Amino acid sequence: MDFDKEMLTHFYRTMVRIRHFEEKANDLFLGGVLPGFIHLYIGEEAIATGVCSNLAKTDLITSTHRGHGHCIAKGADIQRMMAEIFGKKTGYCKGKGGSMHIADFSIGMLGANGVVGGGYNLATGAALAAKLRQTGQVAVCFFGDGASNRGTFHEAVNLASAWKLPVIFVLELNQYASTTPYRTTCNVENVSDRAHGYGIPGVVVDGNNVFAVYEVAKTAVERARSGLGPTFIEAKTYRIKGHFVGDPEKYRSKQEVEAQKGNCPIKRFKEKVLADKSMTQAELDSLDAAAAAEIEAAVKYAEESPWPEPEEALEDLFVEGVWHDA
Amino acid sequence: MRKITFSEATLEAMAEEMRRDSTVFVMGEDIARQGGIFGQFKGLPQEFGLERVRDTPISETAIVGAGLGSALNGCRPVIDMHFADFLGVAMDEVFNQIAKIRYMFGGQTAVPLVVRAPDGIIRSAAAQHSQSVEAWFLHVPGLKVVIPSNPADAKGLLKSAIRSDDPVMYFEHKRLFGQMGEVPEEEYFTPIGKANILRSGKDVTIISYSAMIQKVLKAAEQLEKEDHISVEVLDLRTIFPYDREGIAESVARTHRVMVVHESPKIGGVGAEITAYICETLLDELDAPPVRLGLRHVPIPFSPPLEQFVAPQVEDIVAAVKKMK
Repeated sequence: MDFDKEMLTHFYRTMVRIRHFEEKANDLFLGGVLPGFIHLYIGEEAIATGVCSNLAKTDLITSTHRGHGHCIAKGADIQRMMAEIFGKKTGYCKGKGGSMHIADFSIGMLGANGVVGGGYNLATGAALAAKLRQTGQVAVCFFGDGASNRGTFHEAVNLASAWKLPVIFVLELNQYASTTPYRTTCNVENVSDRAHGYGIPGVVVDGNNVFAVYEVAKTAVERARSGLGPTFIEAKTYRIKGHFVGDPEKYRSKQEVEAQKGNCPIKRFKEKVLADKSMTQAELDSLDAAAAAEIEAAVKYAEESPWPEPEEALEDLFVEGVWHDA
Repeated sequence: MRKITFSEATLEAMAEEMRRDSTVFVMGEDIARQGGIFGQFKGLPQEFGLERVRDTPISETAIVGAGLGSALNGCRPVIDMHFADFLGVAMDEVFNQIAKIRYMFGGQTAVPLVVRAPDGIIRSAAAQHSQSVEAWFLHVPGLKVVIPSNPADAKGLLKSAIRSDDPVMYFEHKRLFGQMGEVPEEEYFTPIGKANILRSGKDVTIISYSAMIQKVLKAAEQLEKEDHISVEVLDLRTIFPYDREGIAESVARTHRVMVVHESPKIGGVGAEITAYICETLLDELDAPPVRLGLRHVPIPFSPPLEQFVAPQVEDIVAAVKKMK
């Protein structure tokens, strides 16, 4: 498949915006600025980018505790994301969610989810609503290899398949469930082999190749939109950073991580577009610089934003009526 | 007024709301082709089809979680749990997703979802098919919990629950499905959060809900007749948010209060209500509040054992007499 300049630009811009966001989040957390936990998407940018480039604004995604990349790829506002991970009033969730719970319902981003595997049923149900309301929407569920061993996986994929729902299950196989290597807890090389047991296609793709991810997602989106039901995409990737910022990473060697950096999706993208002369170094540099500047501006916005008033903790529980302790 | 069963009353609520709003649908195990194990969905597929009245696989987590997902994308799902006991299987979806999604995302979305859960002791169903689990849900901020005691409220509360933009846990006692009662033919709604005085009295208030109301009313009649004790019976109807004003007004009239329910006494709804009364209405009380609830064991199978573990009419009568 040939990609026009606009699409190449979109791919690269999205991936470097994610990369810069994550590197900045890493620095801010280590600098003691950010509360909570931060789980970085560095090394996995091609998956969210390749998948979401096939989606309309009205399409839906569910995400994981490692959700910044999904948010950005789906079109979330970086300033409001940054403000949220600071815990500020101007954040997407008014400071009630934080890094693990960024959501933007206005663009179909149904939330990052702190429960591993928490998105399966939400995406399935969103796809059910799309089918019942005949909206033509597709729902995408991103999840990791740790989540793939939860029982909810079976229930959701079976239901989605039985009802031919427009949902796509995207496994980001980044090799580690927190600190546990994937193959020590699962006796299949490809999780997507399970797809056949549910009567749906299971596809393995190089998750560090944005072009390849884009293409398998395109096929899956077309299949979902035409009423043929779900697809299981298994994107093989590698988590360059620890499970969370500050993870001592005793479960793997530095050499292993260094070796994987050669497979970085952004590096590979650059090498390809420069080799086939579809983009210039100057174009790439300019996009990179713009992304870095945008992230700096978002940090400034977040820093200057006010904290929520403590009493705001009591808001947003119910639509109808409030309840406080007597 | 015409009389219909509790089950028919809920069917009317479903049909009226499904006719009105095409985004209302219902799913659960054995509800469409079989009509629900208590017949509470009979006839719905004939009018609304199998797309909107959906038989699911035996996948409670998927049912509850997909219900939520559909609510986030423009539907008003009603999901059926078969037995309230099975909520345990899907608890993560209930308390980590349904209850939290609006708050955790800063009020960006509403969750217009109803979970119907048949609960309570019925005909030796034993430990895993008889529980009243409503108290589990009081402890989780973000859920509304309703629990009707008669056909009229069953219809009115279900309609209110379906129209609500907040998630509502709707507990319906299995022993009540066949109960007949007067139900208005014109459209009405029973408000969520409002208790109902079923019987006025001046000596003691008994606060209860669901099927236990029948035993409480019998006990009240007996106490009136045999002991000249005048009992006010307050049907909570909604156990979260519970009607603080209604409780306070009744306690101010009678100065004695008892809470009776079929679920375990320890950590139960009665514990919450009596603690609330002690915290805020202590000056009104002429006697310590009393709680009656399930003895702290799973529900046993054998009929005399089953009878023994939950409060009966004579237990309520004896407890009230002891208060005087």
